[in-house]
Amino acid sequence: MNDIDSEVLPLSQGFWALLKRDLVLAFRQRGDMINPLFFFVMVISLFPLGVGPEASQLQKMAPGIIWIAALLSTLLAVDSLFRQDFDDGALELLLLSPHPLFVLVSAKVFAHWLVTSVPLIIASPFLGVMLFLEGEVLGVVMLTLLIGTPILSMISAIGAALTVGLRKGGVLIAIIALPLYVPVLIFGTSAIQAASIELPYIGQLAYLAALLAIAVTFAPFAIAAGLRVSVSG
Amino acid sequence: MPVSPNSLLTADSLFCERDDRVLFSGLSFSVEPGQILQIEGPNGSGKTTLIRILCGLSQDFEGDLFWRGQPMSEVASQFRQSCVYFGHNTGVKLALTAEENLHWMSQIKGIQADKHSLNENIQNLLDKVGLRGFEDVPLYTLSAGQKRRVALASLLLKPIPLWILDEPFTAIDKKGVAELEQLIIEQANNGGSVVLTTHHELAISPEKLKTLTLGSQATQSEARMDLEQEAADE
Amino acid sequence: MSLWDSITRLYHKFGSPKYFYELSGKLLPWFLGLTVLTLIPGVIWGLGFAPIDEEQGHSYRIIFIHVPSASIAMGGYVMMAVASAIGIIWKMKMAEMVAKAIAPIGASFTFLCLVTGAIWGKPTWNTWWVWDARLTSMLVLLFLYIGFIALQNAIENPASAAKASGILAIVGVVNLPIIKYSVNWWNTLHQPATLKITESSAIDPSMLYPLLLSITGFYCLFGLLVLLATRNEVLTREQRSRWVQQEVMK
Repeated sequence: MNDIDSEVLPLSQGFWALLKRDLVLAFRQRGDMINPLFFFVMVISLFPLGVGPEASQLQKMAPGIIWIAALLSTLLAVDSLFRQDFDDGALELLLLSPHPLFVLVSAKVFAHWLVTSVPLIIASPFLGVMLFLEGEVLGVVMLTLLIGTPILSMISAIGAALTVGLRKGGVLIAIIALPLYVPVLIFGTSAIQAASIELPYIGQLAYLAALLAIAVTFAPFAIAAGLRVSVSG
Repeated sequence: MPVSPNSLLTADSLFCERDDRVLFSGLSFSVEPGQILQIEGPNGSGKTTLIRILCGLSQDFEGDLFWRGQPMSEVASQFRQSCVYFGHNTGVKLALTAEENLHWMSQIKGIQADKHSLNENIQNLLDKVGLRGFEDVPLYTLSAGQKRRVALASLLLKPIPLWILDEPFTAIDKKGVAELEQLIIEQANNGGSVVLTTHHELAISPEKLKTLTLGSQATQSEARMDLEQEAADE
Repeated sequence: MSLWDSITRLYHKFGSPKYFYELSGKLLPWFLGLTVLTLIPGVIWGLGFAPIDEEQGHSYRIIFIHVPSASIAMGGYVMMAVASAIGIIWKMKMAEMVAKAIAPIGASFTFLCLVTGAIWGKPTWNTWWVWDARLTSMLVLLFLYIGFIALQNAIENPASAAKASGILAIVGVVNLPIIKYSVNWWNTLHQPATLKITESSAIDPSMLYPLLLSITGFYCLFGLLVLLATRNEVLTREQRSRWVQQEVMK
């Protein structure tokens, strides 16, 4: 029983296995999967009721409305990211896996992003039309969400990892994650605003992409460390 | 304490306190190949805590752990390939079938096998734990005992030197208990080791079985003395 | 004795709560003295005797409180993150306690900075709040402090609480420059060239010296408060040990 001890493992094995597992699980529990999208749609639909239906005003507020709805719905969804694994003991298996934990959590966050954020990105142009955005701007809305929501998922996953051991995760995750969302919100909305007055928006997208690079590089380590603390305590 | 490279797992003067209560202190022992270590003690004596420390889930302790004579922190990845943990919650996913569960568990454990031989292996294992005919149904349709059997099958995905089991006999019927006991004995006979907590009397020959009792008055007062000594030293 | 040995000895010395408690007990009067000697003259000089600003009149005087508290708000968060990192990397319980002690104090100075900023805003912009880059950054910083404190309070086991909130502090301190930069960027985009609060390119020495004295005084006060709070935390965390019981009996 000695020779099997120290195989060198391919990094991708754990990533793909966990990605596949989480996608299958999400697909079998479709009901939960669609809720963040409904939330997103409802929050955006409530804004015209709150601030009035004038096209010019809504058009002006649209970037902020869409982005704030998007970040709230990622916050709402992220509570379930590690919760189930924590409750049924699967998280312990992940922590004891010979694969590096940051690779495994990257797979989990990626799966979660695919399931909860991609529907928002697809729905966003339709909601943009309801807020009187037009033409190219709708594409920019999708583009900013495409680059920005993975950052939101990474940041909120840190919050979820730190609070998964607590019964009262929800609001706490929001308090932890919201201040860290500030740069994403700023660059995301300002790209849309720039596009809607026909200014170049590539700079804002570049900033967002840089933030994404930073988040993808560092957040998995913070998430992994957070999970170890939460399971240990 | 000298650390032998022949021992699988060595613990050297472990100290752990929870909520201002010392669970154990100066706890040293080793697990040799072919040995079964049973951790005993009343409720709240720290059995589960110790198990979680040994398998690396809890870092909230003082003292040293060694794997095959080397400090745990240096060989963590090796250790994780050579150890399986079976806890109160087994990690099986209720929305997945038994086959799918064993599939992801084997991948996460880093088992390298081509698809065909892995599938064959999983079929055999499900056969062995008595779940033939239930491969393709989601686990939530099965009984509690059957769910646990799926998790038990994951222990056997490949020969693994060290099993760490926390109350493995819970929720399993009489026949299952006998079968699990047989698995544990087989593991020891094949040169592997088992560390487990259980209230169940194990029918295992005493030369293979070692017991460790936690929470006795002796370790408690010893622990208290150590602490005060420490305080005085400072 | 090698250098390494002396480093490890120092580590064990400073890592020991009992040693910290004794040492800080001796330091306390010094901190108190320094605080009295710098803070009171600094603030009185600044508020009472420094010359009037040509543009803003007397209202500029609030910088003698606003600027020091802004500096501590930022510095405190960085210190908290550094202490947390030391606690996590070298498993030093003492550093964790320092980080925990800094949080509410740093948050209070951040709040003080926001309040003085608002008070200053009234005569300057004729409104209690402007979305000025500095004030907005400070507001986000206050949120970061609140997140740390909330997480710290939510976790019962002190060891886990310290580690979890420590990770958050490190994540926060990495984000701090990004947040500051993005808020500045956002601000210049929306409000080009408003009157910046502390944008005096050449501050007169007659204003600079009381300001420096006041900043020193605020830092001494901060040090004093952190020391007191950490001592309190030491007693709570180590209440079961014999030396604390003897200390309390005295």
